[in-house]
Amino acid sequence: MGAPVDVRAKAEELYARIEGLVRGPVSLMEVCGTHTMAISRFGIRARVPANLRLLSGPGCPVCVTPASQIDHLIAMGREPEVVITTFGDMLRVPGSRSTLQRERARGRDVRVVYSPFDALDFARKEPNKLVVFMGVGFETTSPTIAATIVRAREDGVGNFCVYPAFKVVPPAMDALVASEEARIDGFICPGHVTTIIGSRAYEPLARDRHVPCVVTGFEALDVLEGIAMLLEQLASGRAEVEIQYRRATCREGNPIAQEMLERVFRRCDAWWRGIGLIPGTGLEPSEEFSVFDARERIDVEEPDKAQDLPIGCGCGEVMKGVKLPPDCPVFGKGCTPSRPLGPCMVSTEGACAAWYLYGGGR
Amino acid sequence: MCLAVPGKVIQVDGKAGKVDFLGVQRQVQLDLVPEAVAGDWVLVHAGFAIHRIDEEEARETLALLRKLEAETEGGG
Ligand code: SF4
Repeated sequence: MGAPVDVRAKAEELYARIEGLVRGPVSLMEVCGTHTMAISRFGIRARVPANLRLLSGPGCPVCVTPASQIDHLIAMGREPEVVITTFGDMLRVPGSRSTLQRERARGRDVRVVYSPFDALDFARKEPNKLVVFMGVGFETTSPTIAATIVRAREDGVGNFCVYPAFKVVPPAMDALVASEEARIDGFICPGHVTTIIGSRAYEPLARDRHVPCVVTGFEALDVLEGIAMLLEQLASGRAEVEIQYRRATCREGNPIAQEMLERVFRRCDAWWRGIGLIPGTGLEPSEEFSVFDARERIDVEEPDKAQDLPIGCGCGEVMKGVKLPPDCPVFGKGCTPSRPLGPCMVSTEGACAAWYLYGGGR
Repeated sequence: MCLAVPGKVIQVDGKAGKVDFLGVQRQVQLDLVPEAVAGDWVLVHAGFAIHRIDEEEARETLALLRKLEAETEGGG
């Protein structure tokens, strides 16, 4: 093990540094579910000055998957010989009428996998079935699915396809800033998304929108240091991209993964649940790989997007940074993790669930 | 959902490798980190290695993750 750092003493030092740097109201946003959980779990909000607001943006890929896409996938799963495969996080997320979990209870073939590669294995072993993998995720996850598609093609596995519900993070951050709906003074940038895309992906945001960005890791000390680095930039009037999470990220990212994404997918517009359409933030199989697009293989129409959030749910406002979870009138009353109303309460990484489980602090 | 966990590559066999996560061994795909060789530490997400890391950092991260697991019951 590495030398035992005195975590508590270092944390106190960082809290003091943060305290000294907050002069007026500041709002920092993270856009990664793991940061959402870390900030709540470590009780960071309770320890930083009151006028430093820590917002949770749309950092949970499961939460931002529109109800209509879940409905669409469910409809596909009702076709004969179709097997739906998905990461476990997706099971309980509500479509407009059902969930994958409920479909499974009703006897549909819905299987949870740990890796998209496991879904490909099902396809190899059951050639008479069509195996559909639910392609949710940000740039951390989408390359693993791109690589699985390439493998399917190399090995001639024709009964495997992907339902594309991917999201691309930096242009969504840009859209949030541009909308001016919420005040965002700086971004705590996602660690493992950046492992793939590299910190240079945020450079336009820093340069053109003048918003500081710090790529941050997931331990308490990482998050505190990331916050301090952002506040230092603000105090000196800088807006740059800096890396706190050096051990897993760099400016260039993973070029092989980037190439894989470029080759297998093309950009498309994407609907973010509760937020709306953000141009250019989705990925779908490119023409060359279109036979791996579930929508090309199973002929059922995508329902319209009217029923995106249940009535009374404020998830959209929460993910845009306009509101904090406790500002939602049903938070903790009509909406709890055991009886969730909105998607942000379903996923353990949702802003509302994290706040409910660990307490927001303030 | 974007959490990635460090492990040590024990053996490479074509595009797959056997990776040890503190005693638990799993098959991991190396398509995104093809330069990985036995003895390397990698960050693994959704069954794929996505990055090579330094051994000491890997061990620190693992120790912290174990603590985290003891506090919560996992998640994405
Ligand atoms: S408390 Fe529930 S209903 Fe309100 S915003 Fe959060 S998830 Fe949506």
